[in-house]
Amino acid sequence: MNIEAKLGLDVFKIDKERHITIDVEVCNKVCTDKACLYVCPAHLYEIDDQGNNTVNFEGCLECGTCLICCDHRALEWHYPRGEYGVQYRMG
Amino acid sequence: MEKVDCIIVGGGLAGLSAAYGLASEGLEVIVVERGDYSGAKNVTGGRLYVSPIRDIYPELWESAPFERPVTRELLTLMGDGASTTIELASDRFATAPHQSYTVLRARLDQWLADQVMEKGGMVITKNRVDEILMEGGKVIGIRAGGDDIGADVTIIAEGVLGLLSSKAGLRTEPEARDHALGYKEILELPPSVIQDRWHLSEGEGAAHLFMGEVTKGMLGGGFLYTNKDSISLGIVVGMEAMKERKEKVESHTLLDAFKELPQIRPLVEGGTLAEYSAHAIPEGGIAKVPKLFGDGYLLVGDAAGLALNALLTVRGMDFAIASGFYAARAVADAKSRGDCSAVGLAQYEQSLRSSFVLKDLETAKSIPHIIENPRLFTHYPQAVSGLLEKLYTIGPHPSQKLSSTVIGGVRKDFMNARTLKELYAMRKI
Repeated sequence: MNIEAKLGLDVFKIDKERHITIDVEVCNKVCTDKACLYVCPAHLYEIDDQGNNTVNFEGCLECGTCLICCDHRALEWHYPRGEYGVQYRMG
Repeated sequence: MEKVDCIIVGGGLAGLSAAYGLASEGLEVIVVERGDYSGAKNVTGGRLYVSPIRDIYPELWESAPFERPVTRELLTLMGDGASTTIELASDRFATAPHQSYTVLRARLDQWLADQVMEKGGMVITKNRVDEILMEGGKVIGIRAGGDDIGADVTIIAEGVLGLLSSKAGLRTEPEARDHALGYKEILELPPSVIQDRWHLSEGEGAAHLFMGEVTKGMLGGGFLYTNKDSISLGIVVGMEAMKERKEKVESHTLLDAFKELPQIRPLVEGGTLAEYSAHAIPEGGIAKVPKLFGDGYLLVGDAAGLALNALLTVRGMDFAIASGFYAARAVADAKSRGDCSAVGLAQYEQSLRSSFVLKDLETAKSIPHIIENPRLFTHYPQAVSGLLEKLYTIGPHPSQKLSSTVIGGVRKDFMNARTLKELYAMRKI
């Protein structure tokens, strides 16, 4: 089962307000590692056609690994507002 | 500003444990939880060691919604193409009172929240705390959804990321070298199948850890815990180890590869995937525990870095519950003396120091450094299986004497300066 299908089994309450924002300037110009691309267990980060890093915040498991691993502080990351985000039924 | 005796940021096990203690003492306590219910944002491997906390709230544990008591402990050292499993079945582990239980957090935490409310504590869910309010270096309450609530003491149980407390300058931001990523699948299986596959009597459970190839040599390992009618199968991998590895591995693929291993496939066969979850884990040990209290506040649980990965035993929830208990006691005492300053709350750290929480972390202080050694996850699992494989092999040529095979293997893989140095370092464990 691929990662998208796995996330499809989880309960998400999706906010229209994004809780992760990438500082594209820092990400493009300063960061050489792009750890978020491989550390995220939900595989939410992708480089788009223009070469910019993007994040599908809707499928976020809220572990914060991308934030901890981003040495250049290119992420503005907070928890989704109350009532939103992943709601684990088992955990 | 409305004001209560105590506000608790986060309704996980640490926060709820504190709330239960305070509500039992008749104090006015509000827990603010961002999930739809307590446990909605929490993840464990996992297992809870009840032995250390049995005397804390002794009335609670009999009725707790645990999954299975762990009666069987397994450890697999995975080399490339060969693995060695050690299985411990102990009568003592199989006899009540059981030392540890597998748990699922959404069930356990909701139940504990119910116990808090029965004692008169308030648990407000679906509300994210946005800010810890400070005045002249003292924590005076919180802001949530545009409302300010004041409190004599704020107990910060916000979890491993410490977003609010680090923003308020009460601790530092988490760093990759002190944290691991844990993620897992919950696979549903009928109880009879679980019992057959892990050789368990009805109602008994197994805990199985895996080291080596499963994390491609990175710090961490695999785990498998049996629940009532499901298994939790996952990976823990050091964040710094992922960043340092030359050939980058997408973390989520490790779990897929783990499931496909010939030793694992028959164990998970027929399981229905029910949930995929992930969480960060504090692994910095006692050296990274922040200042635990100050004017008007206390830090508990993961927010205080209270977790311990000692390879064979992985703990955090027992520390969370105990720290919540001692926090409640300290707050109740401070309130009765009318002094909620750092001086009034200092008892919290003293009681953690004289309890298993900081004592066990102190005893294990060299572990975070020792487990950073990648050879623990590459060379050793491979060497053990390699040697055993030689002993069990009958080839077309005349065999060596058993003793020379053993001596040769031990000499090659274990009797060298590097290994001896590492084994010497491990004496500190």
